[in-house]
Amino acid sequence: MFENLSDKLQRVFKNLRGEGKLTEANVQDALKEIRLALLEADVNFKVVKQLIENIRTKALGQEVLTAFSPTEQVVKIVKDELIRILGSTESKLRFANTPPSVYMIVGLQGSGKTTSTGKLANWLAKNGHRPQLVSVDVYRPAAREQLRVVAGQIGAPIYVGEPGEARPLELAKAAKREAVQTGRDVVLVDTAGRLHIDEELMVELEQLKKELQPTEILFVADAMTGQDAVKSAEAFHNRLGVTGVILTKMDGDARGGAALSIRQVTGRPLKFVGVGEKPDQFELFYPDRVVSRILGMGDVLSLIEKVEETIDKKDALEMQEKILENEFTLEDFLKQLRSLKKLGSLESLLGMLPNVGPFKELQGAQIDPKEMGRVESIISSMTAKERKNHEIINGSRRRRIARGSGCSVQEVNQLLKQYREARKMMRAMTGGLKKGGLKRKQKGAKGRGGRAPIAYDPQGFPGFFGR
Amino acid sequence: MITTLFSAPPPKPSLFERFKKAVEKTRDTFVEQIDDIFQGRKVIDEELLEELEMTLISGDLGVRTTDEILDQIRRQLSRKELSDPSQLKESIARHMIEILQKAGDGKVRAVGSPQVVLVVGVNGTGKTTTIGKLANRLKSEGKKVLLAAGDTFRAAATEQLEVWGERTGIEVIKQKAGADPSAVLYDALQAAKARGVDVVVVDTAGRLHNKAGLMSELEKIRRTAGRLVDGAPHETLLVLDAVTGQNGLEQARQFTETAGVTGLVLTKLDGTAKGGIAVAIARELNLPIRYVGVGEKIGDLEEFDAESFVRALFQA
Ligand SMILES: Nc1nc2c(ncn2[C@@H]2O[C@H](COP(=O)(O)OP(=O)(O)OP(=O)(O)O)[C@@H](O)[C@H]2O)c(=O)[nH]1
Ligand SMILES: Nc1nc2c(ncn2[C@@H]2O[C@H](COP(=O)(O)OP(=O)(O)OP(=O)(O)O)[C@@H](O)[C@H]2O)c(=O)[nH]1
Ligand SMILES: [Mg+2]
Ligand SMILES: [Mg+2]
Repeated sequence: MFENLSDKLQRVFKNLRGEGKLTEANVQDALKEIRLALLEADVNFKVVKQLIENIRTKALGQEVLTAFSPTEQVVKIVKDELIRILGSTESKLRFANTPPSVYMIVGLQGSGKTTSTGKLANWLAKNGHRPQLVSVDVYRPAAREQLRVVAGQIGAPIYVGEPGEARPLELAKAAKREAVQTGRDVVLVDTAGRLHIDEELMVELEQLKKELQPTEILFVADAMTGQDAVKSAEAFHNRLGVTGVILTKMDGDARGGAALSIRQVTGRPLKFVGVGEKPDQFELFYPDRVVSRILGMGDVLSLIEKVEETIDKKDALEMQEKILENEFTLEDFLKQLRSLKKLGSLESLLGMLPNVGPFKELQGAQIDPKEMGRVESIISSMTAKERKNHEIINGSRRRRIARGSGCSVQEVNQLLKQYREARKMMRAMTGGLKKGGLKRKQKGAKGRGGRAPIAYDPQGFPGFFGR
Repeated sequence: MITTLFSAPPPKPSLFERFKKAVEKTRDTFVEQIDDIFQGRKVIDEELLEELEMTLISGDLGVRTTDEILDQIRRQLSRKELSDPSQLKESIARHMIEILQKAGDGKVRAVGSPQVVLVVGVNGTGKTTTIGKLANRLKSEGKKVLLAAGDTFRAAATEQLEVWGERTGIEVIKQKAGADPSAVLYDALQAAKARGVDVVVVDTAGRLHNKAGLMSELEKIRRTAGRLVDGAPHETLLVLDAVTGQNGLEQARQFTETAGVTGLVLTKLDGTAKGGIAVAIARELNLPIRYVGVGEKIGDLEEFDAESFVRALFQA
């Protein structure tokens, strides 16, 4: 696991606190770490070089304030610089004066165009528009069929063309005509994936643009893209004048440095991120979140949102009450584990946490699905009474439970031990919460509705994590 | 050096000829190509090393692998084992080729009957397309092939594989959308046994490696295969997109851990991306690259050749 930038800088500035100014020498070491972090995140090396120069200029000669450590100062400079490049959150879609507006969706093979076309249509429909779909991917096997299925899923109309029609331009023009007739205000044109060096297919896009006069040309890029992102984005932009970018597969654990590269070479805003394969797993782009992620500083907001989505708030509140009252039973323990399971891979969640403080030990931790299954079967082999009160589980009960669940007595013992420790730790955690220990980290979540209590925190399950 | 799924060389001389020619061409030009960076350099200085570093990083090798290679060079320099730039380039190239060849010793795994090849990877890397091309290649080697449409999740994934089935004249075993992929596999293996099929190639839905639920679905698929055919799956190919950056290493780690990957296919090498992360993967996980994808057409799958791969890394 990577150490995050903050930790690295902490080491660099170990002896600097209160030394006066950031000097060439101590900034140099910090810059090295920043450079490394950016390269590890797949930011293009040329972009990194430029960024480092800007950061150097801004950092040099800064007074080292006593209140803040130089680390925090430098991290702030870095973050501000990256956010400045990524732009504001204002990246609204544009619409033609006389509808329908045509949006072209373009990009490399497999980046997520067809899926994003569906997501965008879904998003538009939810925001009061009447989108119409058309696929002009006449090349890839079953590509048009794919968009047809997607359209069905979201209940948006799709123009499929006359039987036998396989000319992209004709398909798109006919779709536009149909949109006019049926009063649709946006036509989403899903194009075939292509390499930026494929002259013939790039010319095809230019022709589509010329004929369709699109209001938006959205470049769909995969968040896992490496150094090559600048080349493809630049080429697409130079040929077509891209108007915005959709960054897909952000539900993975890639740092997503390609976002910076693409923004830098196109100068065009990132508008949306794809966070899953389903039509509604699509969000507006927030530069600060992506910057935190690129630097490995954790995307706490996304984490909170994800948890909020998954965990029933009432349930969670109830759970927290129970912990505070020390009434957290084995049954609750199981319930918690199940909701953790629902949250998906723990690792992807941990990736979103800041790599500091109590979270640090958890980096790289993983719930072992086998262990999870074992716990489930052990607890289900207990009687209701045992689940309510673990203290009555004596030796003979343990043997019975072991037999019933197909586990060894040791495994039953181990589970009970974990449960007791979990109880203890959860109490400590919630105690900390009351004192405001976690408040600071959740700052900024303000105004986004209530936040889930932290009773689900993986910290509560010691002994459960290990590589 | 070259790893193939199956021991028999392609019967068609044209293929073999083409391959041999490619290797020969590679040998001739390999050193010359790297020359570009070293042109006009008399000594190995920091500037040269830095340029080299940038070349490797821009090829997605990653900082760690790059540093390791450069550290080795620096050690050789200080021991005076290296002095002029021409030795330097050879040393680096040799080092990388070594990493890649060490990972793939070309050994063929136990051949099952039928041989079951499972194809996995994150979303959109080229699994289904690779299966089409691979099936065609196997068929032209005289094998009786069957395809299993194990992606029951993505819209029209089965239809996509069916088109490849038509193109190659190979039967595709499928169920309806949303079916359990293990059930499709079950059907396919039963059919394969009944019909005396040599190789079953199994498509799976793209999945991100950090999704525990989806990864454990792969485990179930593997168990199903193993129950029906001894030792199956005999090959598990991880399909990696050449544009992938540093995340590729984590992909390889996770898929190897839960899905027992035995080899890589590096796709979309016809683009401008170099696929350097495969070097890092080969180094850490000892996974051989079996094939490379160089286009969307049926013939655009080639056996991996470490030398031409490394040569391409040094081209701007
Ligand atoms: N996890 C995840 N998968 C995604 C996302 N967006 C797209 N995908 C998946 O990525 C794969 C490729 O998506 P497509 O929409 O078919 O990509 P495309 O760019 O249209 O592909 P071509 O038309 O073949 O060039 C599919 O498996 C999608 O389900 C995302 O945001 N998250
Ligand atoms: N240029 C090029 N394109 C490729 C290559 N291999 C696959 N593609 C294209 O990449 C896109 C995705 O390929 P698929 O085979 O659908 O990928 P997949 O991994 O099956 O995708 P999912 O099942 O959605 O996860 C398609 O447009 C393919 O035509 C290659 O080697 N070169
Ligand atoms: Mg598509
Ligand atoms: Mg597929």
